[in-house]
Amino acid sequence: MAVHETTRATAVRPPNRALRWLRRHIVTIAGLGTLGYLILPNLVVMVFSFNKPNGRFNYQWTRFSTDAWTDPCGVADMCGSLGLSLEIAVWATVGATVLGTMIAFALARYRFRARGGVGTLIFLPMAMPEVVMAASLATLFLNMGIQFGFWTILIAHITFCLSFVVTAVKARVMSMDPRLEQAAQDLYATPVQTFLRVTLPIAAPGIAAGALLSFALSFDDFIITNFNAGSTVTFPMFVWGSAQRGTPVQINVIGTAMFLVAVLCVFVGRTAGKKRRQRS
Amino acid sequence: MTTTETPAPPERPDTADSLEIRTTPVRKRLIPYWLLLPGILWLIVFFAAPLVYQASTSLQTGSLEEGFKVTWHVATYWDALAEYWPQFVRSVAYAAVATVLCLALGYPLAYLIAFKAGRWRNVVMILVIAPFFTSFLIRTLAWKTILADGGPVVGALNHLHVLDVTSALGITEGHRVLATPLAVVCGLTYNFLPFMVLPLYTSLERIDPRLHEAAGDLYARPATTFRRVTFPLSMPGVVAGTLLTFIPAAGDYINAELLGSTDQKMIGNVIQSQFLRVLDYPTAAALSFILMAAILAMVTLYIRKSGTEDLV
Repeated sequence: MAVHETTRATAVRPPNRALRWLRRHIVTIAGLGTLGYLILPNLVVMVFSFNKPNGRFNYQWTRFSTDAWTDPCGVADMCGSLGLSLEIAVWATVGATVLGTMIAFALARYRFRARGGVGTLIFLPMAMPEVVMAASLATLFLNMGIQFGFWTILIAHITFCLSFVVTAVKARVMSMDPRLEQAAQDLYATPVQTFLRVTLPIAAPGIAAGALLSFALSFDDFIITNFNAGSTVTFPMFVWGSAQRGTPVQINVIGTAMFLVAVLCVFVGRTAGKKRRQRS
Repeated sequence: MTTTETPAPPERPDTADSLEIRTTPVRKRLIPYWLLLPGILWLIVFFAAPLVYQASTSLQTGSLEEGFKVTWHVATYWDALAEYWPQFVRSVAYAAVATVLCLALGYPLAYLIAFKAGRWRNVVMILVIAPFFTSFLIRTLAWKTILADGGPVVGALNHLHVLDVTSALGITEGHRVLATPLAVVCGLTYNFLPFMVLPLYTSLERIDPRLHEAAGDLYARPATTFRRVTFPLSMPGVVAGTLLTFIPAAGDYINAELLGSTDQKMIGNVIQSQFLRVLDYPTAAALSFILMAAILAMVTLYIRKSGTEDLV
């Protein structure tokens, strides 16, 4: 009997240890699994940018080729749509950042009437499904008889980016110590100097975050653009159309390039930031 | 009516004025209004006014050739609901399932970044944000490759007889994943996962790790610590994350269009086709209003229930 007991105990111990290890690291394993789920499509996009598909669609691996990388603009209209998307994103960022920063300063620094109303007007565009905003704006343009195109897309993009800029900048300005500005004025800084050399540098990270968010949102927007573009084709519109007509490999090249450039920018920015911190 | 087209910022106020001490009180009191004016005017013209226009459109009847007139035709709403209620129910169901999945998948990842990643924290953070920079349409198309009928994923699921089970449950059909509810929910979950992870991380990161130690010192097991300490403290992140996931997911039509079939059409698909293809503007307007009202009602109820009204 006793022998039987010990053999069972030794037989049980290894899985027990494995179980204990599993229990201790279950969160890490699950987290890494989720990370894999997030990254997987990017890897697929990257691998399939080296594909040479037989048909019009780039969904099945056929054979290795660097054709698409050597001729990224080989597809009609694609690079044009990319340029248009960049142009719209830049102007939408400028417009939304200027308007949004002004609202954020007013909300963070002043008491005034209709504060609640303004807050609701800022919050609602973010709390609404994009398709509702898209359809209502398109209804306005239709009723006004305004030609759909570059300007209607730009107006739509500024409208939905605005709230995000306000939220980002407001958070930053609210956490700012107002005594810093008083100190600047005690030291005989003119209001303009105070604003440019104290207020703006402190608020800058919030403004930059809002601007970056606007750029990303505008550049990648499809739903609102789809309703308000008319026959104008931005890059996401081009991808959408190609899902029906046939997906050129060059789409994956652009997707991969954007991914790599973004990661590179983040790393360069981080190392530069680290160097600066070490110096100071 | 061409003036509404360009509500150019009417004389942008000098922002430096906000710091002017010697300005007269009246001028000073006006500063916030000057700061607000351009942006708020913009939102009134391009956000609030369109909603009013849409409300009036939803009450119109007519056709493209004869033009539309406001006839207070409320029946459009009932007709739209009667015809498209399956898509409404489906949208809410898919979005709810995707939100729950996002929470279940996103929480461990946010926890990992906040407490366990150590010096890898920034790398993991970059890996969460970086996929954003590839256009989400391209990434959604990549799921077509991953879930392709002859692909390794479907092959493995078939081998393990998982697809037999899911087919019995009605989530998949036959031995494939594409063009089934599973594919659409999978795409929705994937697309909105970062919107769950980031707010979760922000609220988890604020938790003092000493609270965990204190709970342990008081003989709480790790599971109890999580249930009684960590999770309640991360509630703001959970609420923000679920809202940021559910709202866009309920109105989404891209995943249903690219990964689903006609049997998985969501309400966004209906609005899009009514507006851009059928050109039945009153129905499209009525449907968007119903969607907006439903979501606002659900969100308000949810925020009340979860008791974090200060969140917004």
